[in-house]
Amino acid sequence: MDDLKDVILEYVIAEYADEDDKVTFDTPLISGGLVDSFSMVSLKRFLEMKYKITIPDAEATPEAFDSVNKIVELVRRFIS
Amino acid sequence: MSYNDRVRGIYQQQLSDIREAGLFKQERFIHSPQAADIEVEFPSGAKLKKVINVCANNYLGLSSHPEVVRAAHEGLDARGYGMSSVRFICGTQDIHRELEQVVTEFLGTEDTILFPSCMDANAGVFEAILTKEDVMISDRLVHASIVDGMRLCSAEHDTYKHGDMRHLEQKLQQWKEKRLRVIINDGVYSMDGDAAKLDEVVKLAEAYDALVFVDDSHASGFIGKTGRGTHEKCGVIGKMDIITTTFGKALGGASGGCVSGRKEIVEMCRQRARPYLFSNAMAPVIISGVLKAFEILKGSTELRDKLEENARYWRSGLTEAGFVLKKGDTPIVPVMLFNAKLAQNFSRDLYAEGIYAIGFFFPVVAKGQARIRTQLSAGHDKHHLDQALEAFIKVGKKYNILGKTEEEIIAAYGL
Ligand SMILES: Cc1ncc(COP(=O)(O)O)c(C=O)c1O
Repeated sequence: MDDLKDVILEYVIAEYADEDDKVTFDTPLISGGLVDSFSMVSLKRFLEMKYKITIPDAEATPEAFDSVNKIVELVRRFIS
Repeated sequence: MSYNDRVRGIYQQQLSDIREAGLFKQERFIHSPQAADIEVEFPSGAKLKKVINVCANNYLGLSSHPEVVRAAHEGLDARGYGMSSVRFICGTQDIHRELEQVVTEFLGTEDTILFPSCMDANAGVFEAILTKEDVMISDRLVHASIVDGMRLCSAEHDTYKHGDMRHLEQKLQQWKEKRLRVIINDGVYSMDGDAAKLDEVVKLAEAYDALVFVDDSHASGFIGKTGRGTHEKCGVIGKMDIITTTFGKALGGASGGCVSGRKEIVEMCRQRARPYLFSNAMAPVIISGVLKAFEILKGSTELRDKLEENARYWRSGLTEAGFVLKKGDTPIVPVMLFNAKLAQNFSRDLYAEGIYAIGFFFPVVAKGQARIRTQLSAGHDKHHLDQALEAFIKVGKKYNILGKTEEEIIAAYGL
């Protein structure tokens, strides 16, 4: 699962970023205005399908999804 | 629970957070009818100031048009003031149905149902026609009322990057197992003034067996050669499955909205849409005004032609002066300033010069994309635009942004 971080970053860039947006592991996604809370749903769905996990709505908060690093943390908790 | 100090404190804290974030909204009191020239009391208690309005949705100048006002008076006399009923109990007059038929014909659809507002139309339509077996795929910049409507609906939802047809196509592929796919877009996007590429959307819809929904609130009455809307501009009249629009902007500007489209979908709204079922019927006085607005538009394209000419004149004047504009060819012309504080100061200085135009910044638009959004009207005459242009140039010089590129403005003021 070493590539978890890269896979998620790659998805976030493809799904949300425009050509001139620079996105790193720490870029604030939701508070930075890149991902709106409504579009966050597709990210959650991607993670659940890709890693065969279920993230309860109560855990899928804008804070928990606010950067690739935080998302990785969240996903790891559910994988293990 | 009583409204004690603790409860009051909760709200006072929230309000002060809003103020601190610079997001506190304040109304400006207008003491005259809506028009190009208005008289404004701002701040509250200040002496009345005559200003030119360049931020109304009064695209066709019909909000205080003498013929519309007269028709409303006549409607008031003939049909009374209010209905005191929802449509299906005893709130439908012949003129409600007449307006529905007029809208259907104007938009080139199969049928139409009126709602108290377009906000209500958007809030009600998805839940009325879609279930868990379906998916709504929306452009990321659709209007807030559409987002609310999608939230109220049990169908799956997904979004695509603004105007990005490749991304939309991926999403359509991804959801091909669903019973129904609905592609959801605004016709003209109110913050950027760009129009949806409905011809390309229709091609994808046909290829992937999807329905097309468009909210044409910022287009109905003036976009397209005869003002039918974005579908006319894109050459796809008759191919829209669902159009929602408002009578609160170009079409008289009072209030009211509708869902227009395939007749079964409209009928489902009549049976199921909650804002239709549980909110009062539009007042006859407004129906009469909107009917007159459509009559004027069907008689001549003069108003939308004048609006188009005004928009061209305004856009080229600002461009020549050296402002950075959002590209587009609609009467919504955003003057880009990028920095939120600069946009606020610019708007304040314009007001001092007699021009009423508002700054928009995050979260209404993306961070670093602050702007003054200007909106043209057929009610503007050349002298209004020249005076406004002069004020923009004067204030632009003060902040030294004329002829500067995006990068240079950002370098000077930050994001
Ligand atoms: C795209 C869009 N849809 C719907 C609405 C809401 O229209 P109404 O004022 O009729 O509720 C607006 C108005 O702000 C709008 O811009």
